[in-house]
Amino acid sequence: MITARLSAEDDFDGWRDQCRGLLRIGAKPEDVIWQVGDTPTDLFAATAKLSAPIGPAIGVPPEFVNLARSVICHTDPKRFGLLYGLLTDIKARRRRMDDAADPVLRNLHDMAKHVRRDIHKMRAFVRFRRVEQDGAEHYIAWFEPEHHIVRTNAAFFVRRFAGMQWSILTPQISVHWDRQTLHEGPAARKEDAPSEDVIEDQWKTYYGSIFNPARLKVKAMLKEMPKKYWHNMPETALVSELIKSARGREVSMIEKEIVPIAADTLASLKSEANRCRRCPLYAPASQIVFGEGPENARIMFVGEQPGDQEDLAGLPFVGPAGQLFNAALAEAGVDRAQAYVTNAVKHFKFKPQGKRRIHDKPNVGEINHCRWWLKREIDLVQPDLVVALGATAARSLTGRNIPITANRGQVFESIEGVPVLVTIHPSYLLRLPDAQLAEQEKAVFVEDLRQTKAMVERASAQGARTPA
Amino acid sequence: MRFDPMLGGGSGDGKLLKAIWDELNEKPATYLDVPLFRTYMERMTQLQITEKLAILADAAKYDASCASSGTVKRSSSKTGGIGSTEGMGICHAYAPDGRCISLLKILLTNSCIFDCHYCINRKSSNVRRAKFTAKEVVDLALNFYKRNYIEGLFLSSGIIKSSNYTMEQMVEVARSLREDHDFRGYIHLKTIPDADPELLEAAGRHADRLSINVELPTRAGLAALAPEKSQDRIEGAMGGLKTSILDGKDAKKKYRSAPNFAPAGQSTQMIVGADAATDSDIVRRANGLYDQFGLRRVYYSAFSPIPDASAVLPMQRPPLMREHRLYQSDWLMRFYGFAPQEVVDAAEPNGMLPLDIDPKLAWALKHRAQFPVDVNSAPKAMLWRVPGLGTKAVQSILRARRWRRLRLEDVGRLTVSITKIRPFLIADGWSPGGLTDMEHLRAMVAPKVEQLELFA
Repeated sequence: MITARLSAEDDFDGWRDQCRGLLRIGAKPEDVIWQVGDTPTDLFAATAKLSAPIGPAIGVPPEFVNLARSVICHTDPKRFGLLYGLLTDIKARRRRMDDAADPVLRNLHDMAKHVRRDIHKMRAFVRFRRVEQDGAEHYIAWFEPEHHIVRTNAAFFVRRFAGMQWSILTPQISVHWDRQTLHEGPAARKEDAPSEDVIEDQWKTYYGSIFNPARLKVKAMLKEMPKKYWHNMPETALVSELIKSARGREVSMIEKEIVPIAADTLASLKSEANRCRRCPLYAPASQIVFGEGPENARIMFVGEQPGDQEDLAGLPFVGPAGQLFNAALAEAGVDRAQAYVTNAVKHFKFKPQGKRRIHDKPNVGEINHCRWWLKREIDLVQPDLVVALGATAARSLTGRNIPITANRGQVFESIEGVPVLVTIHPSYLLRLPDAQLAEQEKAVFVEDLRQTKAMVERASAQGARTPA
Repeated sequence: MRFDPMLGGGSGDGKLLKAIWDELNEKPATYLDVPLFRTYMERMTQLQITEKLAILADAAKYDASCASSGTVKRSSSKTGGIGSTEGMGICHAYAPDGRCISLLKILLTNSCIFDCHYCINRKSSNVRRAKFTAKEVVDLALNFYKRNYIEGLFLSSGIIKSSNYTMEQMVEVARSLREDHDFRGYIHLKTIPDADPELLEAAGRHADRLSINVELPTRAGLAALAPEKSQDRIEGAMGGLKTSILDGKDAKKKYRSAPNFAPAGQSTQMIVGADAATDSDIVRRANGLYDQFGLRRVYYSAFSPIPDASAVLPMQRPPLMREHRLYQSDWLMRFYGFAPQEVVDAAEPNGMLPLDIDPKLAWALKHRAQFPVDVNSAPKAMLWRVPGLGTKAVQSILRARRWRRLRLEDVGRLTVSITKIRPFLIADGWSPGGLTDMEHLRAMVAPKVEQLELFA
């Protein structure tokens, strides 16, 4: 028995040198024990020690060298012996490499294929995370390759990320690039790498968005991205959810066209509206503030948009303006519990100013996006009269700009054809600096509200709609 | 860094901050959270980018191409820049739709002044619109690239203001990546046919690949579904690109320092299943495009139902398998020596390729007189035509048979499966006998209905 020692698992040069010596002494493949590192694993190890380099260079076909370079990186401990066996065969029969159908050669080709695939997948699936150290960026990745490929593969990352300082940590070794030189370090643990990177959210967003739910091909995905790589790839966290929702998303893409979304109760309409992304206002707001009131209400009050307190409470007209509104309703003898109260825009639009969130008027685009929901509310409640509180509500309901001071107390028609009485928004009263003027204006407001009550009573007397 | 009111901002005015803090503490907490507000604008900016990304990546997903291969080799090791291309593209992730994610594929904007029926971004569509600035795209691409998420950028865009304005913005993204950031990764720009030649020239200098979509397989289809686009203008622009690409190659041969012009060539895409074109029409058109414009690739995108679709379109998607069969036929013409007419011959009388079997098998079943083929003596071109033998397997057979007579099991080791091949092949110790001419052969060799067809 002869022991041939190699310095590392992927020590191709060492293997080649040992082979030269072995061939010179005519060692048979079955008589050689291959050993990596210094610790002898075999009792006979010391019997015949070879000193490298031994023997002259040997001529072999270049494709054998290519094959051997790949196979050496494989984890199979038999690889050194198998390659040496093939080498002795080649010395006897030069054309041996051409016989692709030979089982031994096939086996080695398969091993080489696995290694090449692992190399390729490492290039594909390494994920760097950025950390800042002393003002400099450092990109660090944790990767678990299947075969001994890290050294071989480091050159790729140097070519690609030459201008970056990076490290790739693996359970076997770690490699570090400082923009000049490649350094090799000891084995690392997963905890040595950073656990997050802010950009990963954007990457996940991209991954989820680029996926086309109309074409689900899970097998094809798994074939190229086997699960063993998943735990080091941030985007794979989304996969199961994307698959689960795919069919539903596709169906909804189609159904959206055929049947308009058909919520048939205010509750289901509200839950639909919760998911509204028609305009960007949903993002900074705490929650949607949907309308409130009975489905058979005969009066509908439409304000502008929820304010700060409404946004937190999730209910319309509960802040200062809401309290004033309640007082005026009481004075006019209108029962708010019998009315449907909502807003033209359902999310709180604001500008942050220091510690406060300052009300910001919704623009026409936002009003129009939200009109969809208002229309659904009107369709479901079917009020006899809608009261537009302020210019925004009037604009939304009628689709026109109506100056309030000149037109308050007058009745217009909504886009749906429902009568709309226009009046001021209660917050207007809060903004009046002169207390006396505010009192006068409030009286007029109460008068407008009384008028609404009278109109609805007249309407029901004429049998416009049977009270529930 | 979070703002800590107890420590102050380091500017020595800790007292003032303490006062503010005390005042804040008297009021109910909730949104009056100072640290939160400190980063509000920051968070909003990132949020806006993420949100735009969701819209503009979503809008780009209908584009089939994600290839990043076939360009010149570049690396950043000499310049200390960022990025490399190695000839072969790398798929950095796979989506559950089985498609490779190799490039950051986004639109600069999904607003568009055109109204093409098959397109989700058409003027009359009710989708949310968003627009990136050139700098935002550049930052996004670099951020992704540096984390090894992508091979590069595939930028497309809806047309805003004018073709030239839009093209200028796209060229600016590519220019900034190349010149300001020394980016050496892959760039694919979707080119707008009506833009000025100078802009296309600039695009070609920075990008690896340019593409112009022919959109639909037939002139009539284009006229019906994309009334503002014209086949003549599209083909005119493709012709212009072809000339520039060839000129660039010539110059490169004479002077090594000559600038590259779209070294990965040009490609195009057509939508399958939105109009009445048959597979035969599509195969003929694709072949014409390859010949006429020297295209690297023709991509097929199975029309998928899009939100807010136009009423002119079919509501049903074509079977995914159809797209796959078209790609297979494309391969037959490009790598297996099939003439376009032969691929058309493989189609059914209605002009459609069979969905249950691949076009090569379909062709072989119709031309059984040419089989069986002797694996030990047949010429390469004939081996290519054997169903189930790929170009690699043929290569191995040619080499191995110089060395020994091949038996059926030898062939089996070189291919994935032998069942499909057996009836068409003579090997040492194997002859299919009457198998080749059997009536039920199709049923025997057709794959058992199992996987993808279910989804079709």
